[in-house]
Amino acid sequence: MLDVIDLTKTYRSAADTVSVLRGVTFHVARGESVALTGESGSGKSTLLHLIAGLDEADGGEIRIEQTRVTGLPDAQRAALRRTRLGLIFQQFNLVPSLSVADNLAFQARLAEKHDAAWLAELTARLGLAAMAKRYPEQLSGGQQQRVAIGRALAVKPALLLADEPTGNLDEATADEVVHLLRDLVTRSGCGMLMVTHSARLAAMLDRQLRLSGGYLT
Amino acid sequence: MRRAAWVLAVLLSHWRRHPMQLATLTIGLIAATALWSGVQALNQQARISYDRAAAMFGGARTAMLIDPAHPTFSQAAFVDLRRAGWPVSPVLEDRVQIGGRSYRLLGIEPVSLPPETASASAISQRELRAFIALPGQTLVAAETLADLGLAPGTTPRLNETVALPPLRVQPQLAPGVLIVDIGVAQRVLEKPGQISRLLVAQTTRDPGTLPAAIAGTSLQWIAADRETDLERLTDSFHLNLTAFGLLSFLVGLFIVNSAIGLAFEQRLPTLRTLRACGASARLLNGVVLIELVSIALIAGLVGLIGGYVIAAALLPDVAASLRGLYGAQLPGALSLRPQWWLAGMAMSVLGALAAAAASFVRMARLPVLAAAQPYVWQQTQRRWLLRQGALALAMLAVAMAFLAFGDSLLSGFAVLAALLLSAALALPMLLDGILRVGAHGARKALPIWFWADSRQQLPGLSLALMALLLALAVNVGVGTMVKSFSVTFERWLDGRLAADVYITPASEAQADELNHWLDRRSDIAAVLPGARAEIRIAGAAVELIGLPDHATYRARWPLLRIVPNGWTRLRDGDAAFISEQLSRRLHLDLGDRLQLAASGGDWSVEVAGIYADYGNPKGQVAVNVDAMLRHFPDTAQRRFGLAVAPEHLAGVMAALRDHFQFGPRQLADQATVKAESKRIFSRTFAVTAALNTFTLGVAGIALLTSLLTLSASRLPQLAPLWAIGLTRRSLAAIELMKTMAVAFVTALLALPLGLLVAWCLIAVVNVKAFGWRLPFDIFPMQLLQLLGVAMVAALAATLMPVLKLARMQPATLIKIFAHER
Repeated sequence: MLDVIDLTKTYRSAADTVSVLRGVTFHVARGESVALTGESGSGKSTLLHLIAGLDEADGGEIRIEQTRVTGLPDAQRAALRRTRLGLIFQQFNLVPSLSVADNLAFQARLAEKHDAAWLAELTARLGLAAMAKRYPEQLSGGQQQRVAIGRALAVKPALLLADEPTGNLDEATADEVVHLLRDLVTRSGCGMLMVTHSARLAAMLDRQLRLSGGYLT
Repeated sequence: MRRAAWVLAVLLSHWRRHPMQLATLTIGLIAATALWSGVQALNQQARISYDRAAAMFGGARTAMLIDPAHPTFSQAAFVDLRRAGWPVSPVLEDRVQIGGRSYRLLGIEPVSLPPETASASAISQRELRAFIALPGQTLVAAETLADLGLAPGTTPRLNETVALPPLRVQPQLAPGVLIVDIGVAQRVLEKPGQISRLLVAQTTRDPGTLPAAIAGTSLQWIAADRETDLERLTDSFHLNLTAFGLLSFLVGLFIVNSAIGLAFEQRLPTLRTLRACGASARLLNGVVLIELVSIALIAGLVGLIGGYVIAAALLPDVAASLRGLYGAQLPGALSLRPQWWLAGMAMSVLGALAAAAASFVRMARLPVLAAAQPYVWQQTQRRWLLRQGALALAMLAVAMAFLAFGDSLLSGFAVLAALLLSAALALPMLLDGILRVGAHGARKALPIWFWADSRQQLPGLSLALMALLLALAVNVGVGTMVKSFSVTFERWLDGRLAADVYITPASEAQADELNHWLDRRSDIAAVLPGARAEIRIAGAAVELIGLPDHATYRARWPLLRIVPNGWTRLRDGDAAFISEQLSRRLHLDLGDRLQLAASGGDWSVEVAGIYADYGNPKGQVAVNVDAMLRHFPDTAQRRFGLAVAPEHLAGVMAALRDHFQFGPRQLADQATVKAESKRIFSRTFAVTAALNTFTLGVAGIALLTSLLTLSASRLPQLAPLWAIGLTRRSLAAIELMKTMAVAFVTALLALPLGLLVAWCLIAVVNVKAFGWRLPFDIFPMQLLQLLGVAMVAALAATLMPVLKLARMQPATLIKIFAHER
């Protein structure tokens, strides 16, 4: 479902050149949850951003359901993110001007893949039904992250990309969020790649990949 | 001290990271100070000039004796009063023509001149001899000398015949004035033994005993006045300029307020950290105050330089306006007093403090720990909108109160100010309502976000939009007034310029010769003689004009109201038409009687008509020319109008030029006079147009700076949308559409507001200021044009931040999601 082949990425500045990824290759299958770990600055977020088409690789290839992401023009990468990817960030990144209900439905409506029944189920599973009319700033961190998860899954993505989704949460809430993610990934049948620093949370997923010195170990 | 310096260094580091915000703050302060101080420089320049005129030999600053019924009286009164020990000094004054231009000739008696009048125009003992002894001297200001086109020492000729003494430049004299010895003045004005007034020096004698000394004479005591007629007349013009300056200043402060507000929001975490690290609230407030005052002082200085440049650029237009509207003379070069610089700096600092007041209050109450947000943005916004709405209603009530009970020019401007402020305060509420209606109709994700986000953006944009609303409304108001004036003025010119050719002979001899010459011409349909004299009614100078009884005048004279058979009554000589401003000033209506002080005794006339006399600062009375010459036999009949068929016009003009050697100021055809009048008219309103453009420009800057400062804080809201599948180009297009939409709605709202402003200017301010009222017209093309200009200004302001967003590197957007943000 996700194929990353010999991916390279180097950041160049006036002062120095940093090779963040030096030929990374891996595969994520449908319904599989994979944890991506590594030290700070090891390139985990960069790898996630490249897969999401937010940034461009220097070399190698990324395929999502046989669609070659690398080399796609900006508009098509945007369409890919809109329709087939779900993104979850540490900072939640909800739309502050929209209510919880509108935030949940936002991407699915944007992708014209709105499924009211699925959204209702997601809302119930995420425990957000009672707060549908609230606004992000009225929610706790854990609640906000649940809205972000709901928004990402509402589009029924092929692949869920989560960048430190529990970084701002306490341990108990983090465990709850990861359990929920796993369940929903299994239920929707998409693949998931989750960046995390926590070995404990990584151990809760199907498989672990570790990035170090630009290589997968 | 070191602690304060350290806190200041921390605070200043914010500007290093946000140079655009610093630029916005300083641009706002510079624009506000420049426009305010520029306008004040013009006002100060005018006041200096009025002071010079007033302090000069017998201006309003000196007490005087005049004959209210006659322009001159016998100098025997001078001799009698001097003998009685009164320190009086005679002055003879009249207008004279030199090279086709009109000047004020003042004859003075320098020995008895009250010392307080000499402050602006001292004649030293050494110069006194040269001034009195033959051939004497004609004292003029440097500007007058340049205007005459003559060198010092040359002798100007009145009406191209009578020679004045040689010219000498006397600093501090008002422009447009020639000073000679009173004996010379009596000779050249052909008024031997006559004087216009007696100046009364400040004396230890009780002025209350003077009336007894002049009892039995026709003289009237006029106390020294702190404000001159010219100052009173021009008050409205300067108030107008000040209002424009203040508006620009406020618009500039909107920019400052939004920049300071944003900086405060962004520095909140830093301020909390500083408080947590042990910096006291007092220390923080003090350091922020020092920082703000320092920025305001630097920006104020740059603004003052900008103000000087603006004033220098506008001075010729302002001088033209004052000359055109009030006959006031302004020198061509700008001279500024130290008070102007100090006042400008003070305005900059006080303006910055006022704009930062709300942020200061919040900072003073800042808790060290960030509180949880108990209210959502919508609730906060609702409260804010309700507060603004209540204030808007209060200001509207103030405007209505001033309209109902006010009876002065100042109250007219108060109506305008309260109305504009009310509309500006109501704007966010109106926009929020419109956006809410839009949101109700939205079903898809993007439109839902579009409306919700637009509403959330309102507080950040509202000040800039208020500035745009005010600038546009004032533009529409002033534009409509000027255009109404222009259309009315052209119609009025068509009526007033009834003859096809206008001739002003240089002397009475030439006038006689011209009369004979015209009698012999068969290509002239009619000779329309005219006459003009200056009389005094209720102590004020009034123009008396003589109109011939001719069908052209009956058909075209711009009468506002007339009694039945008014023209026939005029011809009979017992009726007069009066100008609208005189009718308003003296509360005269049709059928009322008016006493004209004629040389052969009072001439009682009935008001048979009221006519428009736009732009004339003096009141005017029109009577039949033959009747006028009967009652004022001394009046020189030196104005002729000719009715000439178009096919003969060129031939008649050429023949007049050849035979009489008339220059362009003595002979003109109707088209030339009209063109010249329209040119003067356009020049008169050039300063208004310039200030309009400046104000709109500042509003454009306000919008641009608001959008630029907002654009940085908008990134965290836009980046997630990009991440979930909207291209940067689409996001930029949506942002453009959003800003243009609110700007368009604001501009649409500005149109009716502007028309209301125009009505206020025409029906309230104009009547109080000038004494006449214009018809109120709406010009749809002009409104469309302004709407277009507003949208172009909004587009220009929106384009830069939007292009920045469209071209933003993904790396910048990714940073929003990065943990190190």
